Amino acid sequence: MNLLYGEEEHELRSAVRQVLSDRSPWSAVLARTESDEPYDRSLWRTLAADIGCAGLAVPEKFGGAGASWREAAVVAEELGRAVAPVPYLGSVLAMAALLATEDEELLPDLAAGERTAVLALPLSTPPGAVVLSSVHADGASLTGTVTSVADALAADILIVPSSDGLFAVDAADVTRTPIPSLDLTRPLCDLSLHSAPGRVLGDGEAAERAWSAALTAGAAVLASEQLGVAEWCLDTTVEYVKGRHQFGRPVGSYQALKHRLAELWVSVTQARAVARYAAGCVADDDPDAAIAVSIAQAHCSPVAVRAAEECVQMHGGIGFTWEHPAHLYLKRAKSDAIALGTPERHRAALARLVGLSA
Amino acid sequence: MDFAAEDLRDRVRDFLGTHDHTTTDRLEFLRARFDAGLAWISFPVGFGGLGAPRALQPVADGEFAAVGAPNNEPLRIGIGLGMAAPTILRHGTEEQRQRWLRPLWTGEEVWCQLFSEPGAGSDLAALGTRAVRDGDDWVVNGQKVWTSLAHEARWAILIARTDPTVPKHQGITYFAADMTAPGVEVRPLRQITGEAEFNEVFLTDVRIPDAHRIGDVGDGWRVAQTTLMNERVAIGGGAVPREAGMIGVVARTWRDRPDLRTPGQQDTLIRLWVAAEAGRLAAQRLREQLAIGQPGAEGSAVKFAYSRLNQEISGFELELLGEEGLRYEDYSMRRPSIVEWERRSPGYRYLRAKGNSIEGGTSEILANIIAERVLGLPSEIRVDKDLPWKDLPR
Repeated sequence: MNLLYGEEEHELRSAVRQVLSDRSPWSAVLARTESDEPYDRSLWRTLAADIGCAGLAVPEKFGGAGASWREAAVVAEELGRAVAPVPYLGSVLAMAALLATEDEELLPDLAAGERTAVLALPLSTPPGAVVLSSVHADGASLTGTVTSVADALAADILIVPSSDGLFAVDAADVTRTPIPSLDLTRPLCDLSLHSAPGRVLGDGEAAERAWSAALTAGAAVLASEQLGVAEWCLDTTVEYVKGRHQFGRPVGSYQALKHRLAELWVSVTQARAVARYAAGCVADDDPDAAIAVSIAQAHCSPVAVRAAEECVQMHGGIGFTWEHPAHLYLKRAKSDAIALGTPERHRAALARLVGLSA
Repeated sequence: MDFAAEDLRDRVRDFLGTHDHTTTDRLEFLRARFDAGLAWISFPVGFGGLGAPRALQPVADGEFAAVGAPNNEPLRIGIGLGMAAPTILRHGTEEQRQRWLRPLWTGEEVWCQLFSEPGAGSDLAALGTRAVRDGDDWVVNGQKVWTSLAHEARWAILIARTDPTVPKHQGITYFAADMTAPGVEVRPLRQITGEAEFNEVFLTDVRIPDAHRIGDVGDGWRVAQTTLMNERVAIGGGAVPREAGMIGVVARTWRDRPDLRTPGQQDTLIRLWVAAEAGRLAAQRLREQLAIGQPGAEGSAVKFAYSRLNQEISGFELELLGEEGLRYEDYSMRRPSIVEWERRSPGYRYLRAKGNSIEGGTSEILANIIAERVLGLPSEIRVDKDLPWKDLPR
């Protein structure tokens, strides 16, 4: 498996980066965090529909671009770099679940970016977890609650795992309560369903396979987002310490900072390799996918967090202020480390997967 | 020449058709392989190669290995293959390439590296071994250190000071030194493992013909960059499967010895296992970049990460073993010619790994290199930059 980026991936990256730099500079992202519209719907429409980010991993027969999770992961890198307030991760999770159930009804609309679906699970759910949903179905009518769901505030459709299978539910039929979220740029909400009408997508093993596939693909794509977050933090910090002078020298000329940044760069280089490997394995349906994804999560989570923490620290006083974007990345990085399984959960999973349990 | 893997396979098969390794003398076979351009295939025609992409080398090696043909014992001649050869190829004269490359590749002539000195480690350019011109020769005096394989080597790549009156980088010249010449004395240098992988080399009035100078007089520092660049790739860049190397040793111990396992150690083990995979995949990605002609500074990153990982894993291994970790194999003085991690004891691995972050550029120097050359951070303040070498404090 090749771990480099292809020509088309470079083009996709440039297109996404251009839109983000034109439409979503960090100052706009910061301003939006305290507005009534935490998600940038117009930006999401451009990315999802015009550039085609929503349907990258969807085969052409379902109206998608027929690319793969590799390309989807490149988009995640750029969105991570920009901490863009768009419902991409939630949408990736839902899309992967629907691909597993081959749902012909929703996929074409979602792939075209005309509607957005997200997976209704707590964002902290790790791949391979036994999903104990409090939601139950009475026929096709769903009741229960789901807490800490990512991107549901920006969704038209909710893909709801329940004790009786996997359902598609119109978001308008669900009470969505925004909660103050650690990550300002990916606000969460709690869902409350009271006899909400649903359409069954699969039950029993088919349902479990669907959300399990979704969590695995989501965790692979998340690793690339974490890579993007880490890259932004590293690049921004390096530029800052070159220009910031104390004691008559750029602070970046002190080995105390240079060596930490060099170490961070080494870790980011590794993060790129493991994130590419995870995306490649998921794209190819490789038997190593579960291992690759847990390696990527176990490595990329702490790297992104360290990058963001170093970014705050090395910016000194300004890095601790609300007016500087560093905190947006710190909050995203720390939330991402908990999202779809903490590093420790992924290490525990790896111990089982590679036969190294105590 | 445009090469596909299949062309190369055909060439190797044709060669094997006319050279039966089971009946040909080992050295004759290797010399013929060199002459057929099937040695280091990326080298030019006439010097053991075909001018083919470096990425195809495993294809050629694999074909030879598949039939059980003898190889040139690359581990034993790593310094020649990885450092001397690229330098001779790039900076040597036609005559020098003809003289040295073939016996270097076949392993007939082992090479060592006379670079580091007791007073010039990280600051290699401050070296004080002197070479003074005398007719057609240079007369060399000085002391080199940390020299692997000096006791087996026929040749050495050597850098020496030819002009002490100019700043340190400018007065250095690069030579090939005959290790059998009068005045070359090799003494084993015992290391913390008890054995002597390295040597000290004392040079007393050693005469080196000017014909063995590589590159111009005073241009030795630039020539040495080719050697050093290749050293970092040679140390950290080999292709490896999952659980190769030290992590594999510990993983096997863990699987075979349920009595040693604890939940706390499981998480430490998996942390190291993940770090090993991250390092392995980053090295794989680096090789892919090199194969398409995008060499990156990632070579430094690979070596940097590998050193620390080896140290952490070997330290973990000793603690995992508990009581057994208290016992050492044998501190008696020996002179191994290659480092064999896996066949040695955990105590040896722990001690030997301490050298990884020192040999081939300390981790601190690598961090400086990454910070300055990759990240573009301001370079260290160099108070010695413009001073003549002879005036430097030492």
